[in-house]
Amino acid sequence: MPDGINDIFSVLQADRISKSFGSVPVLFSVNMDVRPGEVHALIGENGAGKSTLMKILSGFHDPTSGRILFDGEEVVLPPNGGAEMLGIVLIHQELNLAEQMTVEENIFLGRELTKNGILDRQRMQAQVQEYLQDIGLDIAPTARISDLSIAEKQMVEIVKAISRNARVLIMDEPTAVLTEAETEVFFRQVTKLKEKGVAIVFVSHKLSEVKEISDRITILRDGQWIGTKEAGDMSLDAMAQMMVGRELSDLYPPMREADVDADRVLQVANLTAAGVKDVSFDLKRGEILGFSGLIGAGRTSVFEAICGLEPIISGTIHVNGAETRFASVAAARDAGIAYLTKDRKAKGLLLDKKMRPNLTLFSLPKFVKRFGLDIKSEDAALERAVRRFDIRARDPDISVGDMSGGNQQKLLLAKVMESEPQIVIIDEPTRGIDVGTKQQVYHFVTALAAEGVSVVVISSEMPEIIGLCHRVIVMRDGRTTGTLEGDGINETEIVRYAAGLKGEGLE
Amino acid sequence: MTLSTANTTAKGRSMKFDVKTAGPAIALILLCIIGFSLNPAFLSEGNLSNLLTRSAFIGIIAIGATFVITAGGIDLSVGSMAAAIAGVMIIIMNNAVDMLGTGVATVLLGCGCSILLGIGAGWINGVLTTKGKIEAFIVTLGTMGIYRSLVTYFADGGTLSLDFAIRGAYRPVYYDSFLGLPIPVWVFIVVSIVGWFLLNRTAFGRYCTAIGSNEGVAKYSAIKVDRVKTITYMIQGLCVSLATIIYVPRLGSASSSTGVLWELEAIAAVIIGGTVLKGGYGRIGGTILGALILTTIGNILNFTDLISNYLNGTMQGLIIIIAVWLQRGDWGKAKASKT
Repeated sequence: MPDGINDIFSVLQADRISKSFGSVPVLFSVNMDVRPGEVHALIGENGAGKSTLMKILSGFHDPTSGRILFDGEEVVLPPNGGAEMLGIVLIHQELNLAEQMTVEENIFLGRELTKNGILDRQRMQAQVQEYLQDIGLDIAPTARISDLSIAEKQMVEIVKAISRNARVLIMDEPTAVLTEAETEVFFRQVTKLKEKGVAIVFVSHKLSEVKEISDRITILRDGQWIGTKEAGDMSLDAMAQMMVGRELSDLYPPMREADVDADRVLQVANLTAAGVKDVSFDLKRGEILGFSGLIGAGRTSVFEAICGLEPIISGTIHVNGAETRFASVAAARDAGIAYLTKDRKAKGLLLDKKMRPNLTLFSLPKFVKRFGLDIKSEDAALERAVRRFDIRARDPDISVGDMSGGNQQKLLLAKVMESEPQIVIIDEPTRGIDVGTKQQVYHFVTALAAEGVSVVVISSEMPEIIGLCHRVIVMRDGRTTGTLEGDGINETEIVRYAAGLKGEGLE
Repeated sequence: MTLSTANTTAKGRSMKFDVKTAGPAIALILLCIIGFSLNPAFLSEGNLSNLLTRSAFIGIIAIGATFVITAGGIDLSVGSMAAAIAGVMIIIMNNAVDMLGTGVATVLLGCGCSILLGIGAGWINGVLTTKGKIEAFIVTLGTMGIYRSLVTYFADGGTLSLDFAIRGAYRPVYYDSFLGLPIPVWVFIVVSIVGWFLLNRTAFGRYCTAIGSNEGVAKYSAIKVDRVKTITYMIQGLCVSLATIIYVPRLGSASSSTGVLWELEAIAAVIIGGTVLKGGYGRIGGTILGALILTTIGNILNFTDLISNYLNGTMQGLIIIIAVWLQRGDWGKAKASKT
């Protein structure tokens, strides 16, 4: 067995697991094992088979071939979460908590303690209190789930798992929705669980986190097992390369020189809004301007305020030299400014609708002919967009929600570009999409800028900002702390501004 | 799946046979066959014309409700609103007799006021839900109580009667026919066509669907969500006022029992027709069929003594539950076969 997989020490082990859905194979003879008291990260691109493997390890899917060993013995895991009884708990990305119930009620959901047929609240609360203290979590057992932060909810899920005596905890992208501070708290809890001997499997796209928290790393690519390594032995680049299987240098198109004398199409001065304090910046024609900073630094809020999505408290905005303040998104759109949200599912696309109504929704007035919608020109627009953005749908009549993340993102881009904006703000352009699509998105952004469109890229992915932008503005706590240009754009500088070690706003 | 049906409606119904789309139509045909077999007079011209006229009230209101529900809202106040509008309309017309006489002018004044009142009442519902950020269910539950008590107050607990002198000029609106069809049916047809075009062929209709499907996406897609939602309530109000205008000459009076449970019948017609209660998908054609189905059930019970007429509500209730249950089952299958 490669890399020292040891039957005796593994609590849960996948042995040459293969899985096909219908005739489509998604996993090819994958090996993985988890030991008590270790954090084992599972990494790979979208579609590499991570989710499938996790679901097989927790009994939600059956393997097509191969064995699952639990405590060294071959088992067939009970389906539909029944593996929880064995101590194997999968925490889904979409948390499974009843929002309107309390922490205590959630933790004991389905196995409430009773005394003479009546709920024994006291005993349940006392037990929950104990669990919470154990893990060092400062929330009341009587707190309502809907009042908790996402990180706290996640911790409640974990407490729920522990209360069921979980020995193996499998988590699907637990940090995807957490801020950096919350992630830190989360990692502290994970460390505590580790000390208790719980085996933890976790999936993440954030490689630096993977490196920080895990003991071992298993890499999957296209359903193949690429390797399992000690985390200490791997650099971030090595991880990325094993995931992608090729050099990543061609990910970004060559940078076109920025035109220093280009007109300034957008000038923002002293903008203040909810979460935004005194922000000023300029945007030139054909420029790609990056906005970097930690999550919650106010980057999105700046542009939501500019585009009329959130009220402005004070400050001025000039578009093409004329002062404006957009009362609505429609007004911003008509002035040639479009904002592409990072929240594809809640703000970007109508998942239960098909591609056509989604594509034209943002610029629908364009498709009105004599009071009615011109369906023919909508269809023509869809055809154009599918070609231009390389949107691949199995069936043009498919609901958008059934399309892959990458194709959804391309459709969202197409939707916003349908309004032919002169300034486009793309928030997290590549969130949750695979490397191939990322590359397409980057080339598209660069091509747009070459055509004279000004692009703002808000991104938490440092390489993206560095590889794509002519100029980078760093924000922290609602303020701009620094501007980097040309060769000055590098990770260390951005981090120093973002973390508040350096910056204009410091006293 | 919702979309494939929307599309077949758009491209012409005959292109693809869709059980879910055809469901309400099949149900209506079945009801007609049952009605005919129980009593051949069911299909007589007189009965059919009576049936269509009666479905016009609920049908017109239900078309308004289709917009509200498609955009993710609900309006429980329509029945009370109809009663209040009828009451105010009668008071205005009675008082206008001295000035305008008992002719068409008074009737037109009454109708004009009715329309303004309807749109205004809808606007209040809309603004309270959007700007006031109160759930539509609560707002319209509140206005439902208010409008109902207002008509009781105006009628001083009794009945408001239209001046007999005016009835002569107003009567034809309910009792006359044009090209063989009663006037209320014509109003129903016109409202249906306009409603269908508005929902399926205009940007406004698309916006309603988008808002009902996902309000967040709608907001970020440059849709003025508050405005569109408010307009759906105003359309609802307008539809209520149109229904009231053709209803008043029927009895020539309004009381606290006018329009009772109309809101439930209207919502039922919408749901039976295949519009999704939580919004995001609406069908005007289905709503029309839904209204016809509800009226037909009552009509059949009136016509035969198989089941007591007092069980009309039971039959309607059963049909609603069965209709929604059938739709649900259908969707589950469609979803499963897709993935």
